[in-house]
Amino acid sequence: MDLNTVAEVISPAEVGQWRPGDAWLGGGTALFAEPRPHLTRLLDLTAAGWPALTEIPDGLEIAATCTIAELAASGHALVEKCCHAFLASFKIWNVATVGGNLCAALPAGPMIAMGAALDGTCLVQGPEGERTVPVKDFVTGEGTTVLRDGELLRSVWLPAASLTAVTSYRQGSLHAHGRSGVLLIGRRDDEGGMTLTVTAATRRPFVLTFTDCPDEERLQVALAERIPDDAYVDDVHGLPAWRRHMTRLYAEQIRRELAS
Amino acid sequence: MRINGTEHERAPRPGQCLRTYLREEGCFGVKKGCDTGDCGACTVHVDGVPVHSCVYPAFRAAGRSVTTVEGLDHPVQRAFVDAQGFQCGFCTAGFLMTAAALTDDQRTDLPRAFKGNLCRCTGYRAIADAMDGVVHVSEPAEGKAVGSGLGAPAGPDVVTGRARYTFDLDVPGLLHLKVLRSPHAHARVVAIRTEAALAVPGVELVLTHADDPGRLFSTAQHENVTEDPADTRVLDDVVRFAGQRVAAVVATSEAAAEQGCRALAVDYEVLPHVLTAREAMAADAPRVHPGGNVVGELHATLGDVDAGFAEADEVYEGTFRTPRVQHASLETHGAVGWLDGDGRLVIRSSTQTPFLTRRALASLFGLPHERVRVIAGRVGGGFGGKQEMLAEDLVALAVLRSGRPVKHEFTRAEQFTSATTRHPFEVTVRAGARSDGTLTALRLEVVSDTGAYGNHGPAVMYHSCHESIAVYRCANMRTDAWSVYTNTVPAGAFRGYGLGQVSFAVESAIDELARRLGIDPVEMRLLNVVGPGDDLTAPGDHAGDLTIASYGLDQCLAHMRKASAEPDEVPQGWLAGEGMAIAMIAAGPPGGHHADATVTRLGDGRFEVAVGTAEFGNGSSTVHCQIAADALGVTPDRIVLRQSDTDAVRHDTGAFASTGVVVAGKAVLHAARALRAQIDAGSEVTSAEGHWGGSPRSVAFNAQWFRVAVDPATGELRILRSVHSADAGTVMNPVQLRGQIEGGVAQALGATLAEHVDLDGEGRVTTTGFRQYHLPTYADVPRTEVLFADTDDAIGPLGAKSMSESPFNPVAPALANALRDATGVRLTELPFTRDRIWSALREAAD
Repeated sequence: MDLNTVAEVISPAEVGQWRPGDAWLGGGTALFAEPRPHLTRLLDLTAAGWPALTEIPDGLEIAATCTIAELAASGHALVEKCCHAFLASFKIWNVATVGGNLCAALPAGPMIAMGAALDGTCLVQGPEGERTVPVKDFVTGEGTTVLRDGELLRSVWLPAASLTAVTSYRQGSLHAHGRSGVLLIGRRDDEGGMTLTVTAATRRPFVLTFTDCPDEERLQVALAERIPDDAYVDDVHGLPAWRRHMTRLYAEQIRRELAS
Repeated sequence: MRINGTEHERAPRPGQCLRTYLREEGCFGVKKGCDTGDCGACTVHVDGVPVHSCVYPAFRAAGRSVTTVEGLDHPVQRAFVDAQGFQCGFCTAGFLMTAAALTDDQRTDLPRAFKGNLCRCTGYRAIADAMDGVVHVSEPAEGKAVGSGLGAPAGPDVVTGRARYTFDLDVPGLLHLKVLRSPHAHARVVAIRTEAALAVPGVELVLTHADDPGRLFSTAQHENVTEDPADTRVLDDVVRFAGQRVAAVVATSEAAAEQGCRALAVDYEVLPHVLTAREAMAADAPRVHPGGNVVGELHATLGDVDAGFAEADEVYEGTFRTPRVQHASLETHGAVGWLDGDGRLVIRSSTQTPFLTRRALASLFGLPHERVRVIAGRVGGGFGGKQEMLAEDLVALAVLRSGRPVKHEFTRAEQFTSATTRHPFEVTVRAGARSDGTLTALRLEVVSDTGAYGNHGPAVMYHSCHESIAVYRCANMRTDAWSVYTNTVPAGAFRGYGLGQVSFAVESAIDELARRLGIDPVEMRLLNVVGPGDDLTAPGDHAGDLTIASYGLDQCLAHMRKASAEPDEVPQGWLAGEGMAIAMIAAGPPGGHHADATVTRLGDGRFEVAVGTAEFGNGSSTVHCQIAADALGVTPDRIVLRQSDTDAVRHDTGAFASTGVVVAGKAVLHAARALRAQIDAGSEVTSAEGHWGGSPRSVAFNAQWFRVAVDPATGELRILRSVHSADAGTVMNPVQLRGQIEGGVAQALGATLAEHVDLDGEGRVTTTGFRQYHLPTYADVPRTEVLFADTDDAIGPLGAKSMSESPFNPVAPALANALRDATGVRLTELPFTRDRIWSALREAAD
């Protein structure tokens, strides 16, 4: 929709230009999908010319401005599955960005699931310099992140070890191809440990790390202990009790799959 | 920017999305369905890449090449005509632009490829056929149009973006109207300070309750004005629901109008509110209107209900609840108004009732009817939601005050917060039967929540308690029903007009009785339903002009029995079951429904058929062409339609209550036959008129059958098979009829499995977009096998009956009955989402 209060677009924009009333603009698919009467300027990042995907020796650097379509075509199976978890059409993939999905910080954000499950790290840039934040800590709640005024998400780095690890993926929704009500990803590491990432069902990502592959009881106890009942989302995309149940059901399926 | 091969120099505004820019440049084929990137109606290609233009920053398209449906030349356009892959056609451009961009790989997985394209009319089967290249339309020979699969006359315009919907016109000097809406469920507007708003550059006019014309009216439109309580003002000094109009700002741009709204300062005196019908019925409840909260009630008995229950061997009682549901027509409400050269008020509106809207506007503003003209372009879906005046009154006020053209187009969010919904019902049904299956008594207690205004409230309540039980021969019936005001978004007319809500309860109860008595559910119906020649009776005073002028319910039931005899494969570990339900509906409303038609010889072998009826995907226009062609002895391509314009004919009550064929079609038949008779007699007369008053009325029947499987571990429900049988009398156009039925079933599946408009504790709607309010997608809707009963109606034109609303009505109970069969659990509250199914199974297991 038209953002009628926007009087100016800075393109390309850079760190340091932000002032109150500004919004960093990625693809725009989230920004333009709601009235934003407090905005007066858009700071366009997509014109900055950041390379979408950079293969580096220890992993993959994904620019915040990398589109979902570019990421889906990157050749990583789990990454592609996470792209398919978008409620949005492939047409939105052509425009929407990885960074935009992370910054929207919705429980169902599949880039959050992907980044947290693969032990990713966010590179944040602001007027005071750069800092890194693990993806699992980047999102703090429904719609909230660690970003401070003026800061932007520059990129997400995924370690090579995670990208090549054995993973298991489960997504549940109230509807076929619907918005995620629960999205779990398990990852086995080289030392025989297992990491389970719970998103969509919860207000923020929960990452459970085990030094070995736990048995069913230990896994369920860990889920019950680590994820409080009030951390489960209560909205139209699923009752909290169902989300908790589905989390435990899928966690066990993932455990079995990774154990075999 | 290059648009469809032509350079456009004008720069977009900084915060503008590509959709509005393209429309400003004249590409009206680019539609607004949601404006949030969810429905896909605005799909265009930027440098060959498909995008949703409503969430695409327009500045970014500078220097690029954009293709809209107007610039598309692709075989899929022809395919959509051949398969009739559209009804209202508002979503069609988006489907075409998407389909044209699919890779071969994507074409093999259409449920995924189309997850960003919503169609509210078709139920997607016709779209799937279009994608498969199936040809359904036929070019009928002279005299053979009725009964053929003639394509909708608008088809070629729909697939090329030439079809003109409500807002698809360029009006020089147009002003834009935006509404400030109440944040409170109930409040008195103490003061509105307008100075700051009027100081906003571009703001021309601010309208508040001080500008109200001072007449109470109902937004609901019926032939008989007194059917709906006059309880509404254009702008009131008391607001009764969160989302109600408080003030309107009219400005030279939408931006200025929005800024003007933000600049208004309103003092409210917040009043106590009541949000549920049950609470509103309490003696000490806050009063929504001075006259009390019960706006209509029915208390009546047939026979002796106590004796009937005493006679029963088995009695079932249950309470059933249905939520608010939004029509979600892809074109939102809205209107454009202006004064013509003669100073006459002209309103172009997204309406199902141009003539009644003209009457309402004339009465509201004290104008003679001939000083008001109401027209509808092609309407992008209605489903009852546009049998309502929700924008035209405000536009008319703004035009009359400013003397300038004014447009008011609802946003998708406003559709949810400030239009109307299906009435939420709570129905307690008690049903008794003897061990041989004979129904001995039926008792209904119905509470319908009409929301803050009484539009359609009493009428829906009365209708809901008629055909839903009159379809059963039961000597002892008692009905107690209330239509109740609450401080919530108003309910209104919705496909089925109350019957679906009560049928959900009644058909569930009949199923439960049959189950307890060990009687097959089809047999249970055969034992108890009305037959040919029976009176149609239900407690209360109901119009006496309703008769069974053709009877096909026995055939519908036979279709259900046949479906049940054929097995389906069930996923391992899943619970499977089957269920069915029936529905009956009057072909037209009680109390008169009028249509005039004029057929005129154009002299070149063509004939103009003028009708009042609007076309919003209901397909009436196609049938009118077919009827006229055969009556005149020409092929349908010789027929030119002129429609939905108060200047076209004398009167037309409107396209609602399933009347497009049985009332307007009958008027067309009369006019065409009259002209044919003149021509045959060698007369030089060039035109003839026809009329039909909508009485007497027949009834149509429907039956729906499902076989489902349920995964008890997750609550996931799969429809293994869906069969629908319809008794529509003579089938005027099998392609269209099938489409109407599939669309009705799909919309009902939405209400059964997904949709609910939610309110927060303060009465504010929280489901304000298609991300929160899930419409059935391509992936959600199973194929439904559609079967027709073979009947010939004595009243309807050429033996036809109506069939646009009623396919909706048996769907929820049929699915509930299948779920009960599969799981042993009787679900009594819609919708049955996976989490709720899982919760119900878990509760039952505990």
